[in-house]
Amino acid sequence: MTGNSSYRLLIVLLVAATLVLFVLSLTVGPAGIAFGDSIAALFSSKADAVALIMREIRLPRALLGLMIGATLGLSGAVLQGYLRNPLAEPGLLGISSMASLGAVLAIYTGLSAAFALALPLAALAGAVLAVVVVQAMAGTRGNSLLIILAGIAVTSFAGAMTSLALNLSPNPFATLEIMFWMLGSLTDRSMTHVRLAGPFMILGWAMLGSLGRSLDALTLGSETAASMGVELRRVQFLAVFGTAACVGAATAVSGAIGFVGLVVPHILRPLVGSKPSRLLLASALGGACVVLAADILVRLIAPERDLKLGVLTAIVGAPFFLWLVFRARRRLT
Amino acid sequence: MTLLSVAGLAVSLGGKQVLREVTFSVGSGEFVGLIGPNGAGKSTLLRSVLGLLPTDGALQLNGQAIAAMSAKQRAAKAAYLAQEREIAWAVPVETVVALGRSPNRPGFAALGDTDRSIIDEAMRRMDVEAFRNRIATELSGGEKARVLAARALAQDTPLLLADEPTAGLDPSHQIALMRLFGDLARDGKSVVASLHDLGLAARWCSRLILLDRGRIVADGSPENVLTRETLRAVYGVEAFFGEADGARIVHPLDLAGPPRAAT
Repeated sequence: MTGNSSYRLLIVLLVAATLVLFVLSLTVGPAGIAFGDSIAALFSSKADAVALIMREIRLPRALLGLMIGATLGLSGAVLQGYLRNPLAEPGLLGISSMASLGAVLAIYTGLSAAFALALPLAALAGAVLAVVVVQAMAGTRGNSLLIILAGIAVTSFAGAMTSLALNLSPNPFATLEIMFWMLGSLTDRSMTHVRLAGPFMILGWAMLGSLGRSLDALTLGSETAASMGVELRRVQFLAVFGTAACVGAATAVSGAIGFVGLVVPHILRPLVGSKPSRLLLASALGGACVVLAADILVRLIAPERDLKLGVLTAIVGAPFFLWLVFRARRRLT
Repeated sequence: MTLLSVAGLAVSLGGKQVLREVTFSVGSGEFVGLIGPNGAGKSTLLRSVLGLLPTDGALQLNGQAIAAMSAKQRAAKAAYLAQEREIAWAVPVETVVALGRSPNRPGFAALGDTDRSIIDEAMRRMDVEAFRNRIATELSGGEKARVLAARALAQDTPLLLADEPTAGLDPSHQIALMRLFGDLARDGKSVVASLHDLGLAARWCSRLILLDRGRIVADGSPENVLTRETLRAVYGVEAFFGEADGARIVHPLDLAGPPRAAT
């Protein structure tokens, strides 16, 4: 097919961009370490301040940016393909908001202050709960409309409970901490976070990555796909639980980072000839690029003010999405 | 040889009994037209055979119980052309047709030479080669229908189930499609197609099954099924019956009076 070489070129470009942004992310920060020194420190055996900053602060931050971006891009591409809806995104299944609720409860009850990993663990528990409810509501026959509706209900409930926690918060500091956590950020994350989120994300990626062929068949509708050998129940299980594993883990360590899972598959779709299976890898790489770039930008724009990553992605993402809508309108009329 | 056998099939959807006591079998080399009024249960019958619905009764494909087969095993035996012409993404026509080969390919294997020749043949038969590189979602309804029919042909199965395949096609492509299904039957494959055009059904099908309110009311050759009495009783229409080139012509003319009681 004619698209093969342009697809390969796109993947090569995205891999190159991801690598460049990853290295840039390692070398940008308030400590003002020279480019050469910072990279050398990463691989040296010395235990001076520079090596410490590189290994304990910048490396986990860059790694998490890469992993979370890939998670959001991949899960967005899978959910759009599975639900055959270009507006689907990881937040749609209620996973992000239930993970947020779990984290908020950990802060609210003071658990997170007592035990550092309580917050990400509570967030993961929230994600699992969301997926169990959504799966139970949607049933085993693989109806995508029921999944969307159940996801909306779970999202609203989690939002209400989060507001309630803010409402009843015992002290203003907890309220502030909850607010800041919900904005989404990669600041001050450690290798512990990487090790905690890593296994869940890899599991989620493996589950979502195996769906390419089935998503292609689903282009022609679920019944036609079933007649072509696609086990709809299996696809639903992999899509829902795979998203829960990696998006739950991502939200657990970074808070909610919006718009990446929605916009990245949208931008890349025309570039891969719209074939859902080809969108998966491209969108994972694209998501990694966007989150790494945004995380570099928050450090460059306002190094003193701790600008939140989730705020930046929404500020840039929403107008961009409007532009996409505008372009679609021009094509339609 | 019996390819498909259905015995005592009953299906309820949303608490409503859609099919009851449906029993028939289809051998290889048959082109069966499934006819009946709207809501008679034609689509439900086709979807039951694909294992897409919870059913009562015994359904067998090639002597194997359909409920016990995996989706992949079913996909090797029966292809399905859905009534809804759904193509969700703006992919090229050739990509859509190539999807028909996916059940036959293991894992991440690429298309082989055999796959390519089957895809080309399917596109040639449905007359869609000319727009193989066009975007499928930008085609007209009839063109889209032909692309999706080519996709089903590319699956290359012993049994093809088609839900209103001629709807939206121009007369020449309607006839070409009916001829093609007839050719498939002559090659030893079987086709079951639901149809509303009684003229096409009478002229091209080797056998007709007439459904009414979830039951089979007639099953046999077009001459035996399409009679003045059954058309009046089931469809509530009067029809012209004739003959041309040695084949039967049936053309509905007007509603039969007195009007049929609403059900």
